[in-house]
Amino acid sequence: MVNGERGPRATKSGGTTRTAAKKPAAPRKKATTDRSVANGTDPAFVQLLTPEGDRVEHPDYSVDFTDQEYRDLYRDLVIVRRLDTEGTTLQRQGQLGIWASLNGQEAAQIGSGRALAQQDMVFPTYREHGVLWCRDIDPIMPFGLFRGVDLGGWDSRKYKFNMYTIVIGAQTLHATGYAMGVKLDGKMGTDDGEAVIAYFGDGAISQGDVNEAFVYAAAYDAPVVFFCQNNQYAISVPVHKQAKAPLFERASGFGFPGVRVDGNDVLATYAVTKDALDRARHGEGPGLIEAYTYRMAAHTTTDDPTRYRDRSEEDAWRLKDPLSRMKAFLEKQGLADEDYFAELTAEADRYALDLRERVLSMPEPDPSSIFDHVYPNGSPLIDEQRAEFLAYHASFEGSGH
Amino acid sequence: MSQTSTIGKAINLGLRRALEDDPKVVLMGEDIGRLGGVFRVTDALQKDFGEDRVIDTPLAESGIVGTAVGLAMRGYRPVCEIQFDGFVYPAFDQIVCQVAKMHNRSLGTIPMPIVIRIPWGGGIGAVEHHSESPEAYFCHTAGLKVLAPSNPNDAYWMIQQAIASDDPIIFFEPKRRYHEKGEIDTDLGLAGAYPLHASRVARPGSDVTVVAYGPMVRTCLDAAVAAEADGRSLEVIDMRTLSPLDMGPVYESVRRTGRLVIAHEAPGNVGLGAEIATRVMQECFYSLEAPVLRVTGYDTPYPQSRLEEEFLPDLDRVLDAVDRTFAY
Ligand SMILES: Cc1ncc(C[n+]2csc(CCOP(=O)(O)OP(=O)(O)O)c2C)c(N)n1
Repeated sequence: MVNGERGPRATKSGGTTRTAAKKPAAPRKKATTDRSVANGTDPAFVQLLTPEGDRVEHPDYSVDFTDQEYRDLYRDLVIVRRLDTEGTTLQRQGQLGIWASLNGQEAAQIGSGRALAQQDMVFPTYREHGVLWCRDIDPIMPFGLFRGVDLGGWDSRKYKFNMYTIVIGAQTLHATGYAMGVKLDGKMGTDDGEAVIAYFGDGAISQGDVNEAFVYAAAYDAPVVFFCQNNQYAISVPVHKQAKAPLFERASGFGFPGVRVDGNDVLATYAVTKDALDRARHGEGPGLIEAYTYRMAAHTTTDDPTRYRDRSEEDAWRLKDPLSRMKAFLEKQGLADEDYFAELTAEADRYALDLRERVLSMPEPDPSSIFDHVYPNGSPLIDEQRAEFLAYHASFEGSGH
Repeated sequence: MSQTSTIGKAINLGLRRALEDDPKVVLMGEDIGRLGGVFRVTDALQKDFGEDRVIDTPLAESGIVGTAVGLAMRGYRPVCEIQFDGFVYPAFDQIVCQVAKMHNRSLGTIPMPIVIRIPWGGGIGAVEHHSESPEAYFCHTAGLKVLAPSNPNDAYWMIQQAIASDDPIIFFEPKRRYHEKGEIDTDLGLAGAYPLHASRVARPGSDVTVVAYGPMVRTCLDAAVAAEADGRSLEVIDMRTLSPLDMGPVYESVRRTGRLVIAHEAPGNVGLGAEIATRVMQECFYSLEAPVLRVTGYDTPYPQSRLEEEFLPDLDRVLDAVDRTFAY
């Protein structure tokens, strides 16, 4: 590939023309092993907003937001980080069994989440609290899973947002199949066509399911966008141990375009995701986006990152923080003042407090509910066991149990 | 030499010794190297034996087991770690279709000396897929052997015996008991230690036989203590080996007690309890004073953590079953 950002266009619309004439946004080293994290430099990626908060142009991607829209994006970033912090705090206080933090990945999630059209369908992993926020879903919804009061279930079709998926990579096939259904239904090819997005991590891309999803999506030209948040680690294993070439480059081998974006840049993430979703909804097939970012927190609250990475690496990434750069941008452009930021902080705190109170008062599950939804048509075995279960528990009634 | 160790540490020590004793032993799995595994069972092994022998694999379970097959063909003895029970399924095809059948299909020429370690079972307050009991699938597969140690000394020796064995072995580790302590005798030697595929009376008794394995052994031993206060004597048998089953001590016990309760976390339907009960019925029919009873998980998906106490067989449910065997 000539430049570092896109795989060849697999389909009709013409080779690598979108980028072939222009230079990538940043120089790119010859990438056999991608060790840019270890040596602290960024690889070539689409960037529209520098870590210092300066807008830069890109030959292929641009955004055209109103002042209000810029502020709204920043508001999203601030609120999802604040809610995430509350998740971590609740876990530390024993109110959640576990929490998977999105800290550091806000821009990747808000940029891609805000690029979705109403009719688009989302297949998240277990970390996409920011995307969930963009779907106007009550942020408390995943807390049932993390608190252990339920299995994290909801009607995915109603919310256009699938349940969190814990088995790594499984959802990428579901997304692909859903997108095949969209195509069978003839719901693509127009501006209001449907697109599907599947989230997964840099570790997940090793998984067989994800590779099979790529094969199926390509074979059926399914309207699905694969959104890989390369946060540099699969728990303790750094991406360069699993992958010897940049992740986005894999797309070309499967026959669809891939692009790497600065995942800490909400504007660039929005632009590349919007582009990929629009192509999918217009029937131009799947796409892969590698959002290059960093997981600032532990893998989950049970993890201890000091065992496998250096503080200095975290410090280097902190300088590229997705929130700070957007704040700097708003300040430099005169789009927001101190009052605005103060009020936003207060608003985020209110959201967090409200969330905390509601999490603490989540109802305890009814024990016999474990038998309720096993089969749509019921089962005599389940009925028998439910009856035994109830009789057994009734036998303790009044005995102080 | 005798030393006190947790179950997790005992496996760690056993793995260390296997790595020292045989240069062909390699460990492979997700996050087992620098991190030492999410349960720290492989703690410090990569530091001491290097990245070639303690391998942080890519995140792909079919890959872990499939490449272990090739390594085994090449003369290595891979010890695979599956991070949690619920994540073994991507490797299921490799285990059932390849690992289990290779020796048979190669006319006995190619053994698969592979051990697949699986932290297993519930009771740790986890989210879904982290608390499963899939042992029956593997016991049902010809060509595999299946083990489940319940205490530190067994954990220490059984992991080494499993690695030394040419049979492919699924090695279930009772994850909620990883921190339980006991004595390990490091001088026994592979041959001197209790035989690998043998069950054992964990606590002698005379009134009722209680059969368990893995994490449920502790529960049943506790139940035996509680029952003693009520004047009932429970004989607890730790199966240790789930495939093949070693039924001898069970028959011998049931012939004395006439009563049998089997406890496991896995759902009851077509579980190990059904197999054990059938064999006892065939061999000890005239000794039985009561029907064989099972205390198991329910035939539902493993529930959310707030309900797992209701799902997992506990001391009360074991004692309730014991009571019921005396009602006949
Ligand atoms: C099939 C499967 N294997 C193993 C795990 C255990 N596990 C949970 S998260 C994780 C690492 C995921 O890394 P990555 O895909 O990069 O996503 P991230 O958590 O960094 O967002 C692993 C190994 C799992 N959930 N599913």
